[in-house]
Amino acid sequence: MKPGSKSFYRLTKPLLFLAGLAPLGYIALCAFNIAGLTLGANPIEELLHQLGLWGLKFLLLTLAVTPVRRWTGWRWLVRYRRMLGLFAFFYVLLHFLTYAVLDQGLDAAAILEDIAKRPYITLGMTGLLLLVPLAATSTRGMMRRLGGRWQKLHRLVYAIAVLGVWHFYWQVKLDTLQPLVYAAILAVLLSTRMYYRRRGR
Amino acid sequence: MLIKRTVDVPESRVTPESVYLKRRDFMKMTALAGAVALTSGRVLAGGKVLVAESAEAGTRKLEGVVAGPFSTDQAPNSWTDITTYNNYYEFGTAKDDPVRNAVDFKPQPWTVTVGGECAKPGTYHYEDLVSPYKLEERIYRLRCVEAWSMVIPWVGIPLASLLKRFEPAANARFVQFKTLYDPSRMPGQRRRILDWPYREGLTIAEAMHPLTMMAVGVYGRVLPNQNGAPMRLVVPWKYGFKSIKAITEINFVERRPRTSWSMAAPSEYGFYANVNPKVDHPRWSQARERVIGANIFAPKKPTLMFNGYADQVASLYSGLDLRKNY
Repeated sequence: MKPGSKSFYRLTKPLLFLAGLAPLGYIALCAFNIAGLTLGANPIEELLHQLGLWGLKFLLLTLAVTPVRRWTGWRWLVRYRRMLGLFAFFYVLLHFLTYAVLDQGLDAAAILEDIAKRPYITLGMTGLLLLVPLAATSTRGMMRRLGGRWQKLHRLVYAIAVLGVWHFYWQVKLDTLQPLVYAAILAVLLSTRMYYRRRGR
Repeated sequence: MLIKRTVDVPESRVTPESVYLKRRDFMKMTALAGAVALTSGRVLAGGKVLVAESAEAGTRKLEGVVAGPFSTDQAPNSWTDITTYNNYYEFGTAKDDPVRNAVDFKPQPWTVTVGGECAKPGTYHYEDLVSPYKLEERIYRLRCVEAWSMVIPWVGIPLASLLKRFEPAANARFVQFKTLYDPSRMPGQRRRILDWPYREGLTIAEAMHPLTMMAVGVYGRVLPNQNGAPMRLVVPWKYGFKSIKAITEINFVERRPRTSWSMAAPSEYGFYANVNPKVDHPRWSQARERVIGANIFAPKKPTLMFNGYADQVASLYSGLDLRKNY
């Protein structure tokens, strides 16, 4: 089967879709204490942490598509980028819903106060809000309708990734190792894009 | 090391473990709770495997424990919650790191060096420090600065009893405490995440307060390693980081000692660290707390001033601006 052919995508896209849902499946197993798995003594904190991490991971994967494509020459990778980006939005949305529903009990006043008073939440909310137009314009129809403006709009993903990592960095109590690792990966991805831009596409 | 203790109070006076567990189980009404985990092995979401943690397979039972004062009538958290969710960076920074990484830690033999402004400084063995006293059980609330809380049935002795022995001098205005520093035994100390050894301190009044205790056990059993074995402070009206674990040094000092968390982030953690819903952490609110073990759909509980011990301790701070002296 030739990579990039219709039958290739017909096989691999559903597989990628299942792979994208797998983290949620694992989290669900933990949540329902199946097979000795557990979210631990503070399940809401663990849910927030895992969902947020997967949102970031999918964001970084989305940003990695173009650099990897350029480096390997595998043009067929690009067709997965939308799905990866939508999974990022999916996990970030679940992360936000866990916060709003489970952590804050849909207390609108408390949530608004958090957004206003806690800078790391201000950043996180901004990142989530910016993801919305990207998710809404992810269809091919929208790509056609927006034309060149689509490209410009979707460049927001760089800012969103920065906001996400920064939100994570400002949220940790003291051990900044994990957010710094994500920041380093993001820095590599962003700088390879700048490198290719300078070289000319 | 077994401490032979004369049983001066019948075991029947001590609330049986099964009663704790029933009260706690009753409160767990959601599939997300870990009540069943008391007797099953657990794999935490990071994919790591826990040894089966059951109260029955826990540490050795302590003899002659009497009911102490100041206990809350709130139901204690489960053994599993108390022993698998710990902030103890000496064994790693994740909540489930200490239970896994402190397995091989040997808390005995243990010595504590006492020094500073006192008449009886010296190096004391654990047995010499603890065996003269009746072990008391006190069920205290513990409120972490991260805005979660538990109810824990500690076993120990009033810190005042312990400290009086050393005859602190008149100019001993503070008591400084230090944790063991040994990266070969405490793998988390191989990273300078905190400026090891862990340091804490109390004013002499706080240290001598009847509420303050030196805990050597929990749930009627010897303190598990991940909870700060063999001995740790419990200062229930302050944020949990004040309750320093694995104490090897006690010094009576004239000037306020530096404390680890305020060294790490001075704008976020202070010396007093009194639980205070009106004074937020710079990055999050302290007005409410997540109750560990409660139904996950239950709202966060409003945090109480001095963690609900205001009647006992508020007078220590009359006239002190608690916003400035956080």
